[in-house]
Amino acid sequence: MSLIEVKNVSKQFGGLAALTDVSFVLNKDEILGLIGPNGAGKTTMFNVINGFYRPTKGDVLLNGKRVSNLRPHVLCKLGVARTFQVVRPLQRMSTLDNVIASAFIRTKSKAEAEKVSLEVLQFTGLSDDINVLSKGLPLGKRKRLEIARALATRPEIILLDEAFAGLNPTEINEQIEIVQKIRTEKGITILIIEHHMKVIMAVSDRIVVLNYGQKIAEGTPSEIGHNPVVIEAYLGEEQSA
Amino acid sequence: MKKYLPHIIFAGLCVVPLMNLSSYIMHILILVLMWSVIGMAWNILGGYTGQVSFGHAAFFGFGAYTAGILYYHLEISAWWGIPACVVILTALSLVVGYICLRLRGAYFALATLALGEICRVTTENLVDLTQGNMGIMIRERTWIDKTWYFYIILFIAAGTFLLIKIVMESKLGYYFVAIREDQDAAESLGIDTTFYKTISLCLSGVLTGIAGAFFMNYMGYIDPGVVFPLYDISITTVMVVMVGGAATYWGPVVGAVIMVFLAEEIRSLPYIGAAHMTIFGVILILIILFVPNGIVGDYKKLLKPFKRKKEASS
Repeated sequence: MSLIEVKNVSKQFGGLAALTDVSFVLNKDEILGLIGPNGAGKTTMFNVINGFYRPTKGDVLLNGKRVSNLRPHVLCKLGVARTFQVVRPLQRMSTLDNVIASAFIRTKSKAEAEKVSLEVLQFTGLSDDINVLSKGLPLGKRKRLEIARALATRPEIILLDEAFAGLNPTEINEQIEIVQKIRTEKGITILIIEHHMKVIMAVSDRIVVLNYGQKIAEGTPSEIGHNPVVIEAYLGEEQSA
Repeated sequence: MKKYLPHIIFAGLCVVPLMNLSSYIMHILILVLMWSVIGMAWNILGGYTGQVSFGHAAFFGFGAYTAGILYYHLEISAWWGIPACVVILTALSLVVGYICLRLRGAYFALATLALGEICRVTTENLVDLTQGNMGIMIRERTWIDKTWYFYIILFIAAGTFLLIKIVMESKLGYYFVAIREDQDAAESLGIDTTFYKTISLCLSGVLTGIAGAFFMNYMGYIDPGVVFPLYDISITTVMVVMVGGAATYWGPVVGAVIMVFLAEEIRSLPYIGAAHMTIFGVILILIILFVPNGIVGDYKKLLKPFKRKKEASS
């Protein structure tokens, strides 16, 4: 069953086509990877799905309903949460307050929000840092805080924008574990942007490849790994570098 | 102990009128309390929600003129201005919010700056309604003695303090601070930023307006130059909060004490007294350079908008 359907989406900024006629489907309970070289339009795609941008052409459907003109907070209420590529914690708030602020969307009282938040923080391994101001957290933890905040809104779908970038190998392994736990323990569907090929090959069920705003391939990780077009556009560059 | 600080200060202020202080000292205390209310009101929008306004004179003046016009045209007590303010200022805030809150950062500040001036010029020219530059005077003030004015503004200030405390520890408070820290992130976390910014503006506007309505009753005379000026109201409001500490409960109160006393002291100095605005400007620069979080904010070293209960009790 498809949760999100992206139908022929194009997005133009002035004369620049950031996305051209991109279509793909995100099925329930899957982890879908979205890859592509720098500037391929991955984050733009997220911003369109998430409601920050309106598509110039085409539609985004959530559970069969058109959502492409709704604002981000409405989409969040409908169950779509996201993280940002450049982490954006609410800096002068403690880690716990950061998560409480986002937990309020589905809770009535502060006590309830706090309970949800503590649970989510434990899930992401941040229990020891709840009283630290979030601007004082190291990058690895800030990336996890992004995920914790997204989880606290109790989403059905979570969009992860480069949740692994800039992490060291240990942190990457912890992060992979968390991403997999999000699906197995919480039953949340994941759409993930990632540059790190090893990670994306390991966690995704399927992969969609963008290049210059166009979809050039779609398939399982092994299919993508052997696709000549993808290798030329993306993997090949990395191998020769 | 610290938990009871507001109670102790409130109780202390309650007995002040019994001490038979001179009329001048009472006047200063009333001004301090009034400025605390305005500062706390500005703090909701500028400190907690991060939308810096340079036009709070608009709200203050609207409140004052609401009371004045009720008295002058409808010939009822100007005290009705306080309840009437709630309605009028909510309406004004909604209109202002609809126009200005789509702007961010400096653009919002500039729009509010213009708002204050628009209100002043409009009031000067709507002579039939506002008496223009002749102003509105209450012929018989309610009390000659200052005691009751003091108690009224004391209760308004205490009520404002309590309201802000309740708001900031609820969902609203978390949303306000989230919007200040990162509007886009807040939006993607399910916070309707436009809606909550408007709520913040309404709260701030209404409370400032109430202070304005009190001012009309207390001073007995208003004209556009008294209640709508950019320097004496809008900028001083920002200074009260900056000196005391933005986004702190006590900041505006401390700021009001300092600013009112300072203004009185400087004005009474020979020769440089007339240049009190210049001196305020210098003070503001020094504050921004050395204690950017204000006296209350940097005293704590960390600007923590929410205090965890555990820490407070330990």
